[in-house]
Formats: sequence, C-alpha cells, structure tokens
Amino acid sequence: MSLSGAGMTNIDMNLLVDFSYLISACLFIVGLKLQNRVRTARRGNFLSAFGMLLAIVVTLLLPEVVNYSVIFLMLAMGSAVGFLLAVNVRMTAMPQMVALLNGFGGLASALVSSSEFLRQGTAADTISLVTTMLGVFVGAITFTGSVLAYAKLEGWVEQQPVTFPLQQVLNLILALACLALGVILTGDRNAAWAFWMIAIISSVLGVLLVLPIGGADMPVVISLLNSYSGIAAAITGFVLMNKVLIVAGALVGASGIILCQIMCQAMNRSLVNVMFGGFGKVEGGTASKDGEYTSVKSCTSDEAALVLDGAQNIIIVPGYGLAAGRAQHSIRELQKLLESKGAAVKYAIHPVAGRMPGHMNILLAEAEVPYEQLYEMNDINPEFEQADVALVVGANDVTNPVARTERGSPIYGMPILDVDKARSVIVIKRSLSPGFAGIKNPLFEKENTMMFFADAKAGIDSLAKELKNL
Amino acid sequence: MEAILVAFFIFVLSCFIGFEVISKIPPTLHTPLMSGSNAISGITIAGALLCAGPKDMNATAILGWAAIIFAMINVVGGYWVTDRMMRMFKKK
Repeated sequence: MSLSGAGMTNIDMNLLVDFSYLISACLFIVGLKLQNRVRTARRGNFLSAFGMLLAIVVTLLLPEVVNYSVIFLMLAMGSAVGFLLAVNVRMTAMPQMVALLNGFGGLASALVSSSEFLRQGTAADTISLVTTMLGVFVGAITFTGSVLAYAKLEGWVEQQPVTFPLQQVLNLILALACLALGVILTGDRNAAWAFWMIAIISSVLGVLLVLPIGGADMPVVISLLNSYSGIAAAITGFVLMNKVLIVAGALVGASGIILCQIMCQAMNRSLVNVMFGGFGKVEGGTASKDGEYTSVKSCTSDEAALVLDGAQNIIIVPGYGLAAGRAQHSIRELQKLLESKGAAVKYAIHPVAGRMPGHMNILLAEAEVPYEQLYEMNDINPEFEQADVALVVGANDVTNPVARTERGSPIYGMPILDVDKARSVIVIKRSLSPGFAGIKNPLFEKENTMMFFADAKAGIDSLAKELKNL
Repeated sequence: MEAILVAFFIFVLSCFIGFEVISKIPPTLHTPLMSGSNAISGITIAGALLCAGPKDMNATAILGWAAIIFAMINVVGGYWVTDRMMRMFKKK
C-alpha cells in the first residue's frame, strides 16, 4: 500500500471500493436472512438499504466518476419518483407496483449494457460483447414483459390470455433471430446495427411472452419477472466485471425462482404450463358443460349471523374476491365482533389467495389483523374438522374438494383448503359463477353449506350489523 | 478469461446462498420480500453511475443518466414500500 504524499492513489481507491462492495454484498445477504422472521424483518430491510447506500457512495468516490452535477440531478429525480410511488401505492395495487419496479430494474440493466456496448465500440473482446448482448436481451424482455403485466393488472389491457396460432413458433423464431444477430456481431465488430436489432426483438419478445398469461396466473409471472430483473443485474455485473452486481443479482434471481416454484406448486401446474398454456382461456370454453348447480341453499344475512353467533371456532377463508372488493377492513371488524362474543377466529391463507405471493397477508396486515392469526394452508387444514364455521369470502377454486377426488378435473391434485370438513360453511360470493379454473364447485351444494350472495364488503358489513343486533 | 471464470464462481455460489436464505422466509413476508429484492436488483445503479461518470455529452453517458433514474426508482421505491409494509405487521 502506498499512501504517497498527495493522499490515496487510484489503486488504493479501487481496493477500498472493492472492499466496500464486499461489505454491501454481505449486508444484502444478512438483510435477507433477517427477513425470515416478522420481528426482525424491518431491521433486515434497513441493513439491506444501508448496503445499497454504501455501494452508491463508494461508486461516487471512484476516480472515473466525476460528472457530479448531472449525476446528482438524476439521482434526485429517480429518488423522488420512487418515493412518490412507494408512499402512494394502495396495498391492493402492490402487484402492479412490483411489476413496474421489476420492469425498471430490467430497463436500467439494458441501458447500462447498451452504454457499455457503445463505450467499447469495435475494441470489445468477445466476452464483453456476448455479455452486453445478453444484458440487453434479458433486460429488454424484463422491461416490456413487466410493463404488459402492469397494464394487465391495472386493467388497462384485457386480463384474458391472448393466444393466436403459431404463437410459440413465432417466439422461437424471434429468440433464434437474436442468437443469429449475436453470431453476426461477434464475427463483425462493425455490425452495431445487430446489437440494436437484438434490443428491439427482445422488447417484442417480452410482450409476446406475457400476452398468453391470464390474470390469475399473474403471481407466477411477477415472480418470474422478479427473477429476470435479478438475472439482468447479474449479467450487467459480468459486463462491468463488478462483483457486487453479480452477488446481488444472483440473490434476486434465486428469490424470484423460489417464489415462482411455490406459486406453481400451489396451483399444481408446471411453469411450462403457466407460460405457454393459455389456461384460463382453454378451460373457460368448457365451463358450462357440467357447471349446473342443482341443490344450492342460499341464505340471508340474519340466517348467516345466527350460525356465526353460536360458533366457538371460526375459520375465515379470504379469497381474491375479498381483495377485489377491498373488504379487508370490514372482515377485521367482523372478526373483532365475533371475538367479543367469545369465538376463536383464525384466518386460512391459501398461497395463491391474492394476486402475488403473500398478497393476502399484506392486505390483512393493513387492516391490522395480527399476523399470528394468519395460518398457512398446511397448518390450518387439520383444524377445519374442529371448526364450527368456515366463513369463505370471495374464494372458489382453492376450496373446491374435487381437487382431492376427481382425477379428470383440471384442478385435480391442486392443494386446497379443506373447508368442506368444517361443521358448517358460509360462503359469501356474488354469484355461482365459476372461478378461474372454470369448473363447478361441489362445496356450494353440500348440505352444511349456506350461500350468502353478496359483494364481499357489503355482505360482511350486513353480517356484522345483524350480529350486533342479536 | 480467468476473470470471467472467477465472476462465474461468484455468481453460482451466490445463487446457492440465495436459495438457502430465501427458502426460509415465511409466506407472510413474501410480498415484502419481492419488493425488497426489487430494491436489491436496483444495484445496477452502481453500473449506471460508472456509465454516467465521465464529463461527456455522448450517447454512452446519456444512456447512463437514464439508467441512474430507473435504477434509483427501483432502489428508493423498493426499500421504502418494503418498510411501509413491514411496519404494518402487528402482534396481537
């Protein structure tokens, strides 16, 4: 180490920066590790954010980073937008927010790869050429795919899967075209057009990959795009030979893949089936075939309230209908009322109850439902037999008992909540319309099931009103 | 060539760490995990700062500027909204 008269040399500076990057990477890992408990999660997130701050500050200290005025302006603009998004987003809109952030992450990686491609010009060696191309490929797919996912979730674009003939063939051709362009560019450094063609084609490919995926499959897609945004960051790390980018990108890539797996298992479908299946559309067409209900018992709010009034053990099963109807605060009020009458209330959360992994938990946390009262599917299922009442709000397929019994059913084998085993079942639902799988739910016809036809919020509120009067 | 191999080593080992650490996170925290990992993928900011570093006004630098904005939206938006969610979790 030579601390010569004038201060640190550039080499010392680079060492210091590399060492700080190592600390940042450790902080990301420790931060994630602390998120394995609710109690320590906030601290973990804070540590992770501190690691990020450190990485930003030491990068600004590098001798080649000198254009401070512009850089600070850009940093301020990005921070302001991010802050406004984070403060204003509704919890029901979290899937959109995450989709958008995934997209921006991918875009940033694509931009960095493009910038590096321009900087190196014809002097680039094969390895950096290949990594910049990969960076723009994954980054652009992540960006346009996420923007489309955002638009679908926000309701700007039809949520139904969009399929057309030879769709997969077209996707394959586009991917192969990118490969061919890559080979051309590696052979001839002057063919810069090939690089920009890759950027354009992968942007189109991102849209085409998300088009055939329906609304209810969004949890899988968001998780997958989350993973892509991490992989894009890791590739950018290869482009710049920057180790903190590689570590952080790999962590995010792994996280997205794990969540993707959990979501696929919860729907008993393979990733390939979700990505290329166009599931909702195909099954929706055959929905009415055996979908006639014959012996449904419907009830009024006072009848439902009477059943709830006498119950000791109650399990609430919230589904997407609760989120869509923004009824999380109403259900919390009903829960308090039931508890004041001496009942024990638990919530049963199916992994795909919301529109993204863990979404229902967040919605209920927002309504101040204590997290100890939220039970995972495997923990709560043995308890339905002892439950006096299972109160299902806006859930359908995840309670359908044919998943256990009928081999031919499209949802056969899907893990479900064993709602039908409760002594009595009250289902708050707007109509008998089928869920995403497009099939009939025999739970609604069981003799211990009462159907209370209402919008989630209005239904719960009227139940609470009746209960108060009892 | 050796540098890329070292980088690849780091990548693969980090993937394993990621799988180990993240598979222990409970489903209750999966939404904050996603927004929080979003923020981590904003680490591209380090690359963006390098691209925008020199006092130039060329395409290389301008792409870097744009990358700073989008990466920073990711970083600030991601960490902030994650904290917002984590604050909501209440005990009985």
